[in-house]
Amino acid sequence: MSLVEPKKTTGLPLDLPVEELIVVPRRRYGIWIGIAIAMLFAFFIGKAFATNPAFDWATAANYLFHPSIMRGLGKTLLLTVVIMAAAIVIGTIVAIMRVSPSAVLQTFASAYVWFFRGVPALIQLIFWFNLSLLFRTVSLSIPGVGTIFSVNTNDFMTPFVSAVVALSLCEAGYLAEIIRAGIKSVPHGQFEAASGLGMSYRQILRRIILPQAMRFIVPPTGNEAISLLKMTSLVTFIAVDDLFYTAQSIYARTFETIPLLIVVAFWYLFVVTVMSIGQHFLERYYGRSDRRQENPLIRLLQSLLGSRKGRVQS
Amino acid sequence: MTSQAESRARFGVPADAMVFARSVRKSFGSLDVLKGIDLTVPKGSVACIIGPSGSGKSTFLRCINHLEQLTGGVLLVDGEFVGYDLRDGKLYEVKDSLLCKRRADIGMVFQSFNLFSHMTVMENLIEAPMRVRGVSVAEAKASAEVLLARVGLSEKANRYPRELSGGQQQRVAIARALAMNPKVLLFDEPTSALDPELVGEVLQVMRDLAESGMTMVVVTHEIGFAREVGDDLIFMDEGVIVERGEPREVIANPQSARTREFLSRVL
Ligand SMILES: Nc1ncnc2c1ncn2[C@@H]1O[C@H](COP(=O)(O)OP(=O)(O)OP(=O)(O)O)[C@@H](O)[C@H]1O
Ligand SMILES: [Mg+2]
Repeated sequence: MSLVEPKKTTGLPLDLPVEELIVVPRRRYGIWIGIAIAMLFAFFIGKAFATNPAFDWATAANYLFHPSIMRGLGKTLLLTVVIMAAAIVIGTIVAIMRVSPSAVLQTFASAYVWFFRGVPALIQLIFWFNLSLLFRTVSLSIPGVGTIFSVNTNDFMTPFVSAVVALSLCEAGYLAEIIRAGIKSVPHGQFEAASGLGMSYRQILRRIILPQAMRFIVPPTGNEAISLLKMTSLVTFIAVDDLFYTAQSIYARTFETIPLLIVVAFWYLFVVTVMSIGQHFLERYYGRSDRRQENPLIRLLQSLLGSRKGRVQS
Repeated sequence: MTSQAESRARFGVPADAMVFARSVRKSFGSLDVLKGIDLTVPKGSVACIIGPSGSGKSTFLRCINHLEQLTGGVLLVDGEFVGYDLRDGKLYEVKDSLLCKRRADIGMVFQSFNLFSHMTVMENLIEAPMRVRGVSVAEAKASAEVLLARVGLSEKANRYPRELSGGQQQRVAIARALAMNPKVLLFDEPTSALDPELVGEVLQVMRDLAESGMTMVVVTHEIGFAREVGDDLIFMDEGVIVERGEPREVIANPQSARTREFLSRVL
């Protein structure tokens, strides 16, 4: 190959200093058409919402802070917090069993995940609610000592308790997988370095592996918490008076179905928004060792809008 | 008789031996990686191990601090088995807490640094002294500062590992190992992952350590370092020690054809 002088076919004055070159942006007609269509849709939807009397915004506004609705919202939040807390504990234990060197523990943990992730949450919920059909009483007896305690299943398996038990066990199945993936994502060298320093298996898990796994665990766990919040509306089926159940019992009486659904949707959206903000700060905390210098406000907005490109990958 | 005394008497361990290996064998399944290693590293000396890739150098180091369990043979550090106690002629596997305590006395520096990436340099240095040795925060920090000064990184105490160059990370890793006051330091190709211009600073720290009388076992490809700093040069190939001796002697005048061939490739 020989070197050939590049031909000046463009006619541009190539000896112009770089600073003086003018950049002409490419015309993006497609984007403009897209924006026009989107705005048109937004207009029609907005108009329909605002003018259709069936939406009845005034009624919705009246119910927004209604005491029953507030109580229902409280119950929903309580359920979410309690279930999530229990699920994190159970899920962590199952995940640690799954990465443990013992084949028995591994198999047990896999079976747990297989079952509780595989059976639909609603079925698990109704199953626990009806536990008394299987066991009338639950008792602990030690041979030679006698019965320590014995209770009627129906006495303690209240709807609320069934909801907590069923949904925690189910949610833990998902969390166990998330936590396991997080643990696996920590390079093995970290484990070896810590062993070499004489740290025990427990110390290594707690101080070295789990904190690093957190960066991978927090974002999907935030998503889990959000979907759990919504999943708790299933408890309506076993008559736990959560947000949705309360709204249902009101509109069953007053037939103000749509306004009450708007109220319910509003509160779910509100809580999800607050949770997203919390998730953002948690992610920041656990990613602090590899944070790029960026405006926190921009990051918050990006996080809320769901464009977290390159967040999880390190 | 203590386990240590019994082992010394039983295997004829010299009083000044820090690492004492006899017929050390290690297999992974059907793959024999170490096929009978005999090696004594006296206290305060520096043993450099060289050899082609896959010859079992890393595996041998990992056997020393019991990251790998031996398949056969005897390996004592300071007259003691790391993972066992010898009592009445039987080897009892020790409990985890004792194993951890003994491992804490054997420092290890890895090719890939393995600093705890979620912790600052200072946190990396004080973690194990506090958790394993029960040292107070103030004390741990004070000695960490001394160590950081020693490796020339005092001003990096509050940085995270990924903010440091490879050479700096490796110096922190050495300081972290030193923070446990180990009896012996094992280095597994500490400079192989570094850009050439960063190798010097790490070797300098190791040279200073050797001068201060630290017992070191160093797997390395830095023949120059081995020649200057090493008291012993060990050439390993296919799971056996092919040749060992005074470094200058081995390098200038290798006895075995395999050593000669290897040296001609790396020099
Ligand atoms: N955990 C393991 N399981 C199975 N085989 C292994 C394991 N660790 C090491 N080996 C094998 O043992 C042999 C020796 O490995 P080792 O890492 O000790 O070599 P090395 O001399 O350190 O080589 P290098 O210079 O490339 O680091 C290799 O064939 C390797 O594949
Ligand atoms: Mg190696």
